[in-house]
Order: sequence, then structure tokens, then C-alpha cells
Amino acid sequence: MKPSSEHFNKTVKDTLNNPTIQKNLSGLYNGFHKARIEASNSTENWESLQELGKKIKDHTISNLDYYLEQVHSNVTKNGGQVFFSKDSKSATKYILDLAKKNKVKNVIKGKSMISEEMGLNDSLQKEEIETIETDLGEYIIQMADETPFHIIAPAIHKSKEDISELFEKNLSMPKSDNPEVLAKEARNQLREKFIQADMGITGANFVAADTGTLILVSNEGNGRMCTSMPKIHIAIMGMEKIVPSIEDLSVFLPLLIRSATGQMISSYITEINGPRRNEEIDGPDEFHLIIMDNGRSKLLQNKDLRESLNCLRCGACLNACPVYRKIGGHSYGWVYSGPIGAIVSPVLTNISDAKDLPFASSLCGACKEACPVKINIPRMLLHLRKEISEGNSKKISISSLFEKIMFKFSTILLLNPKFFRTATKLLSIIQKPFLKNGVFEWLPAPLKSWTKYRTLPAIQDIPFHKRWVSIFKNSNNND
Amino acid sequence: MNKSNNNVQASLFITCIIDNFYPEVGESTAKVLDYFDVKLDLPENQTCCGQPAFNSGYWNESKKLAKKFIKDFQNSNYIVIPSGSCTSMIKVFYKELLHDEKNYTEKINSISSKTFEFSDFLVNIMGINDLSSYTEKSDNQEEDLITYHESCHLRRELNIKNEPRQLISSISNIKLIEMNQSEVCCGFGGTFAIKYPEISSEMLKDKILNIKSSHSNLVTSCDSSCLMQISGGLKKQNEKIKTTHISEIIYKRLKSKIE
Repeated sequence: MKPSSEHFNKTVKDTLNNPTIQKNLSGLYNGFHKARIEASNSTENWESLQELGKKIKDHTISNLDYYLEQVHSNVTKNGGQVFFSKDSKSATKYILDLAKKNKVKNVIKGKSMISEEMGLNDSLQKEEIETIETDLGEYIIQMADETPFHIIAPAIHKSKEDISELFEKNLSMPKSDNPEVLAKEARNQLREKFIQADMGITGANFVAADTGTLILVSNEGNGRMCTSMPKIHIAIMGMEKIVPSIEDLSVFLPLLIRSATGQMISSYITEINGPRRNEEIDGPDEFHLIIMDNGRSKLLQNKDLRESLNCLRCGACLNACPVYRKIGGHSYGWVYSGPIGAIVSPVLTNISDAKDLPFASSLCGACKEACPVKINIPRMLLHLRKEISEGNSKKISISSLFEKIMFKFSTILLLNPKFFRTATKLLSIIQKPFLKNGVFEWLPAPLKSWTKYRTLPAIQDIPFHKRWVSIFKNSNNND
Repeated sequence: MNKSNNNVQASLFITCIIDNFYPEVGESTAKVLDYFDVKLDLPENQTCCGQPAFNSGYWNESKKLAKKFIKDFQNSNYIVIPSGSCTSMIKVFYKELLHDEKNYTEKINSISSKTFEFSDFLVNIMGINDLSSYTEKSDNQEEDLITYHESCHLRRELNIKNEPRQLISSISNIKLIEMNQSEVCCGFGGTFAIKYPEISSEMLKDKILNIKSSHSNLVTSCDSSCLMQISGGLKKQNEKIKTTHISEIIYKRLKSKIE
């Protein structure tokens, strides 16, 4: 799936008309969003952690070539194998080849957004390799044959009734409205899968360059099972997930966890230093780290958008965003949703098809305020808008052509105060027959979409600049 | 016009929306500042700061308007604007817009450092943070219960959160009632409201619900564009709640000046 205007408009409409989804989305404000604010308020040095986090990320992204090499060398030293992959095609091939070579039949997966970029589950299943998501949210949406609705809470749009129905159909269990009963059944089912699996695939929250350590943050413990039970563990990471040193985790773990769920610390933090060593009992025989570009170098090369690579994928901007809290994750049409998705999706897919994403924002800046590493998302949205409006897109629609002409024309007027004032004077006269109680209740397109939901005030007969001269004569008699 | 011996001189930028749709907001802004002895002028060529074009991606057009603004206001001591959004455009976004223009760095820094939103100017430049001794109760007691909508750019680009609240709540007899989610966008967002009316109006619905459950009779804000969206929605829903710019509430309650 890729973003498109058609998909966007349809899904927005469907989502706005779905009361279950609307209820769950509006719950994000008092849920994750407020929990994040509380957690950050109770972290004494939050601001300086943010500053430090931003600094480290800026530094790492500007020196990515150096740190990529360091990761390669240290992971190899730890006994792991590193594969640099340009795109999802080559990464998929690497995984399939490895699966074939080892006669893999059952794969278990930890939550990984980058594997969603690859559509990895489909590719594995086409080769008749059973692939099971083990994060509860991912498990649910895999069952529903959907994509993640939210970066950290993939099934946030589902009610417990929806989930119970899915479980009834797929797991043949009786209906239940008790989340504990539902979770327990999922746990029972997954236990078997963990035992059977011969390959585990996870994402990466961080990779520390100086030690070659992979860090996974989770609440369910499934990530740890995926990395330790099967014979082979593959971790896939976007090339931006590097931190220079394992010590940097003292900055990034609180930033990530507190911004994501509002917890002070997650239930599990797993640090992987390669495959099982000879003296160890548990762990995989092989550890593979796939470092993927998949379009990220386009972000890296663009100085105005590079900051988007600082993202920790905590999802705080989604929870803070009043637009996301209305249109939900699926409207964005690709893996990453919300404000950060509106930046990276158009670049990683195709900007001319994804042009709604940067524009469907009121630029309120709630994302910027929420971001643990202070990514200036509105600024990047503005740059993408510029690229779209001024670009030479072949698919220019009549409405965007009209808009272009309007802006060029109004600028000519605004540059000439006399023209502009004559034009508004004329409008103030022409408008008269259309006014009702001093406001517009209906106007033709393009303002029709305004008056459908609000009235529009009339242009006043005497604008302020005409009143200016007389203002003080009338009011300040005491002077 | 102003006989005071106070040395504060400021130019008003009244914004295209206020000039044409809400001239009374311009009047109250001017009168409040005059009341506190600010020596005002109105650069006559002013039109628009260029934000609509900038936000819609037409930076070439926006640049022309930004340069015009800088020229129109180059001699001002201070520039006071009754809008957080237009102030942000000048104070924050001109830097972004004109970053590759030669010879503009200094001009932008200078214009940015002397531009202030109305409430910011009153509190942080004029040092007026308590209006109780300057104001008196109004005859219309219905207007005593007020709720405040935080405009996005004022809060997040200019970091002005307390100043307007401080001013409003210090006015004689006024009770400022905090609505839930005061800091959440009303859904205006300029052309966003026209391009994506369904999303914008859903955001507006939430805002109106929060306003209603605050049980106040009046909504105020530092931005007339937010108020255009909010009052437009209230009127469409036949709600009796009124909207008013912060300068209007202050002006209405000022005691007559004795000199």
C-alpha cells in the first residue's frame, strides 16, 4: 500500500464516521498524551535530556557513515553478521535466502515498523513460511489483515468487542468482554508458536555503535522471546537508529519510554550482543543485523528534512496531534502515520501521490511541543508544501491551478495597497445581497467548504485604516 | 493624539483579517495601547505579512510580501500586532522564508526583535500585568464569565501562555474559566479549513463542546482568525456564546482616564 489522494479522502471519511474509532482516538488525549506530560514533568532534568538527545541525534545523523562502519565492525566482532540493504527488496531477499538455507518453517516476529515497510509478512507467507506477530497489538491486526494504526499501539482503533470477535473467528474461543481473558488466550496461543519457531525477526529501538549492542524496548516480553528462543535471530533497523555509545541510553531510554507510554520505565529492556556464546545456555546460533536505507538517504541529503531522521518512533506526536486524533493512522496510507508520517511517508514513497499528507495539518505545532528530541515538524511540513506547490508536478489538478492563480493574483494586490483596498471596497459592496444577519451562511466554491460548517463574517464597510484618523478624537475626550 | 511623556513608541500592524473583517479589534487595540500612553503610528502601506502564501507553499509570493513588510516597518521602534499568528510569521518564519536572501539577515533579526504580539507587549514591554486598578466592572454581567482559547502560534511559536490569562483574570469582576483542552487547535489553520473542511470542522466541534462545558458566556483569544472559525461554528450551531478579541474585553472595561 502507498499513499494516494483517493485513499486519503476515502479513509478520512470512513474514520470520521466510525464511532468506535473516534472514541478510541479521542481517548488518546487523556491517555498516552497526558501520561507523557505527567512523566516528563516528573523527570527533573527533562529539558536538558531533550537538548542532549537532540544534540546526540544531530551529531550521529551528520556522521552516519562513520557510525555505520563502527556498528558493522562491532557487531561482527560480537559474532553477528551485518547486511547493508539499499531497499526492502534486497533485505527481503536476504531473509528469504537465509530461511531457505536453514529450512525455516515458522517465523515469530517482534514489533517492527520497518518490516511493515517491506511487507515482509506477505513475502514470507508466499514462501509458505508461517509468520506470526507476537506483540499483542500486531497479533490482533495481523488477524484482522490490517496495517498498524499507530506507531506504538497498532490496534488502538479496535474495541474489545472487535478483538473478541476476531478471536472467536480465528482462535475458536468463546466471546468475552474481559480483556484479561482475551490476552490470556493470545498468550496461550503464542506460547506454542514461540516453542515451534525456527527464526525470530525483530526491529531495533537503538543500536549502540561502540559496543555493537542491539536494544529492544517492550512491555510484553515477546521481543526477548523472539531474540532468544529460535535458532536464528534477524534484527532489521533503519540506518538512523544508531546511537554512538551504549551510555547514550541513559538519555534515550527515558526520552523514548516516557514519551511513548508515559511509563517511567518499560517492563523489558533487552540488550543483545550477538548470538549465543559457547559458555551460554540460551540464545540463537546466528544473529543477523540488517541495516536498511529504503529511501532514508533522500532524507539525509535534504538539509531541510534531515531532522526527521532524529525520530525515536515514540508516537508522542501522534497522540498530541488533533488531526491524527480525528483521521487515525490508516488515512496516511503507509506505515508511518501522524505528523512524523506526514514528513517521512511522502519522501520514502512518492511525494506527488502523498501530497495530502503535508497539507492535512493545521500547523498547530502540538507535535513539536510533544517531541522528546524537539523535532520541528511544522517547519518540515512547510518545506514539503513549498516543494509540492512550487514543484513541476505533472499531475496538477484544476483546483491547485486555481489556487496557484489566486495566490499570484492576491499577491499583486497586496503589494499595492491602493489596489488591495479598492478590491476589498468593491467586495464589500458586491457582498451585500448575499449577507444574512451580517454574515454569509452560504458561498460558492471554494468557500463553500467553509460555509458548510461555519458562517463567514462580512467585509466591513469601513476598514480599520479608514477609522484610524478618527479613533482618538472620539474616545479620549479626557486627554 | 497622545500627550503623554512616556517614551514608548510603537507602530501598529493591524493584519489583513482585522482590517477588513474585524476593524473594531483594531480600534480597541489602538485605544488600549493609547490608554497606556504608547505613542502609536500606523504605517500606511501595510497590507499582509505573507503568511497565507507561505503556509500554502507559495514562498516566492510570500517573500515579496515579507520584503514589503520589512520595508514598511523599517523605521519602527516596536511593532505591535493583535495576532499571535501574524506575529509568529514575522518573528519566527521570516527567518526561514528569507534564509537564502542576501543582505536580509540583519534586517530580519532587527524586525524580529522589535515585533510583539499585543498581550506580550502589554505585559513584557509595558510591564502591565495587573489590570485591576485600571478597569471597572461592566454593566453587562453576562460578560463576566470568560473562557480563553489558546491560539497555536502564540503558544508554540512565541511561547506566550500566561500573559493573556494574567491580563484577563486581573480585569475587575471578570472570572476566567479554564476550558478543557484550551491549548488544542480550533481547526482553523488557514487554507487547511477550506481544503479539509471535514477534518477542520470535527476539530471545531470538539472546541465548541469544550467551550460549552466551561459554562462561560464569552470566548476570548489573541487571534481573530481562531475566533472567526469559533464564532462561525457557534453561529452555525445557533449557540448564544459570543466571541471577542482580548483587546476588546480590556478596552470595554478601562476606567476613563483622569489626567
